[in-house]
Amino acid sequence: MTKPKKKNEMLYFALRNNKLRVGLTVVLLFLVLTFVGPILTHYKPYDYVNPNGAQPPSSEYWFGTTMFGQDVFAQFIHGLKATFLVGVIGGGLGTVIGILIGFTAGYRGGIVDEMLNMLTNIVLVIPTLAILLIIAAYLTVRGILVESIFIGCTAWPWAARAIRAQTFSLRSRDFVDLARLSGMKARKIIFTEIAPNMMSYLVMTFILQFGGAILIAATLDFIGLGPTNAVSLGLMMNNAVLWGALLLGIWWWFVPPGVAIMAIVGALYVTNVGLDEVFNPKLREM
Amino acid sequence: MRRYFGRKLLIYILTFFLAVSIDWLIPRFMPGDPVQNMLSRAALHAEAIEVMHGYYTRAFGLDVPIWRQYLNFWIALFHGDLGTSVYMFPQPVAAIIKRAVPYDIFLLLPAILLSWWAGNKFGAFAARTKWLDNIISPLGYILTATPYMWLGILLSWVFGIVLGVFPVAGAYSFALRPHLSWTFIGSVLKHWFLPFASLFLVMFGGWAIGMRNMIIYELEADYSHYLEALGAPRRLIRKYAFRNAVLPQLTGLALQLGVIVAGALVTEVVFSYPGIGYLILAAIQNQDYFLIQGCFLFIIIGVLLANFAIDIAYVIVDPRTRTGMLGEGA
Repeated sequence: MTKPKKKNEMLYFALRNNKLRVGLTVVLLFLVLTFVGPILTHYKPYDYVNPNGAQPPSSEYWFGTTMFGQDVFAQFIHGLKATFLVGVIGGGLGTVIGILIGFTAGYRGGIVDEMLNMLTNIVLVIPTLAILLIIAAYLTVRGILVESIFIGCTAWPWAARAIRAQTFSLRSRDFVDLARLSGMKARKIIFTEIAPNMMSYLVMTFILQFGGAILIAATLDFIGLGPTNAVSLGLMMNNAVLWGALLLGIWWWFVPPGVAIMAIVGALYVTNVGLDEVFNPKLREM
Repeated sequence: MRRYFGRKLLIYILTFFLAVSIDWLIPRFMPGDPVQNMLSRAALHAEAIEVMHGYYTRAFGLDVPIWRQYLNFWIALFHGDLGTSVYMFPQPVAAIIKRAVPYDIFLLLPAILLSWWAGNKFGAFAARTKWLDNIISPLGYILTATPYMWLGILLSWVFGIVLGVFPVAGAYSFALRPHLSWTFIGSVLKHWFLPFASLFLVMFGGWAIGMRNMIIYELEADYSHYLEALGAPRRLIRKYAFRNAVLPQLTGLALQLGVIVAGALVTEVVFSYPGIGYLILAAIQNQDYFLIQGCFLFIIIGVLLANFAIDIAYVIVDPRTRTGMLGEGA
């Protein structure tokens, strides 16, 4: 075995890590399906294509059809797209807010920290559903974007807390003191001295927020507070339960969306642990 | 310790104030008029509607200035008066909620406590036993990534409809009236099992994974290595690791409460289990804003109480908070 160069060390361990390999493969698989899917099906998600109503999966309708004769596969593909969008926008926004608040609170300390801490705790405890109800009543037409922004704006507290604690421990290190002595501005210290030292942590925060946003979106969609003008996996489950797919045994209607969410979110979590092992030498399995 | 509780209490009071204010806004910010909404369903004469509209506006207290309405809301709140339901008129909201709450407690409390306990135990076992880890870890990741309602849907389909061993709707058999007998208790337990199981399983996965990873972290910590170097038995080291790992798990429980409440909500919807979650859905569908308001008020109080209980548990488990040596992140 040749010894890897230091620069490629991370990549070397990344490629050797089974958790990372499995997790990323599954996520990529679904991502590819999202992009290739529309080519594979020529049905629109809500078009009534099958006059016979509900039919099990066949060569014509890969995932079968709903009670109204809609193609489940077409809905599934469009739902996947919505799922990834919510994950990227909602998870991304949640991470950015968490980073901003966490860095500010952790680096500034004192009264700023107290105030931000209080804000974090309040957002953490308030049932976000109540706020969503008001928004839902105002915006009778809601898209995926609105939903993602809402999720991002309410899901950041734990990330802010974790990042704050990390910043706190980095703040008193020698290299940060040195930067402060040299007259560097606080913002610059945060982004050039502190942030690079917890980059792995931030990446992992994003992954967890990504997965969390997908699960929250599915919950909201399921109780009818999700997007009104789009297809989503949660909405598919909502429709299936609403129209008695359980009693009628139309399993192909509600099984695929759940499997997809479970696989994507589970793969993200596994990727996260894999990354942790890559970044943290103590956890590597030798 | 006084400082610790004082600070927590301040946050809870502020949160309660803010949450109740948001709650108060719900019906007032709605584009539709809830009274008009209710009357339009009754299909009355135009004149009758006018009179009724005036009557109900007064009955719901919507005819006074907005600041007065806000004040009245707080006053009524402390009298335990949550208004009158529009959808189940003329029942008071408080009475409707009072009927639903026992089901929520009966469902949620065992599910949260048992899954937390079992998840921690199994997670800790998994961290030290290779073969168990190979089962628990993948299972845990799959379970914690499963949306609550989907597991509910699957369980209800497989056990309720395909196998037909469990009922799929309600809190007890429709053929029975609530009374104290073994048949009734059996029926209640049978209806309770599937919603409980789906909540338990999803939460169990999260706790088990969290505990396993925590223990592995703790076993790599300096104190573990030090103990090991001193020649302490493995068992003792693991005991210390477990006690240290329980603390973040407890914090995690507080962080997860919001998600758990939302999960319980959709689980109740799937199983038509007559708790608060089921009520909220009915209230949303019928645009009964007073009922929504009442349900959320109850959720807010429940979540705050649970947070407070966790704070107390934290003080009991972590001696550092008792002696005032507040650790970071407390």
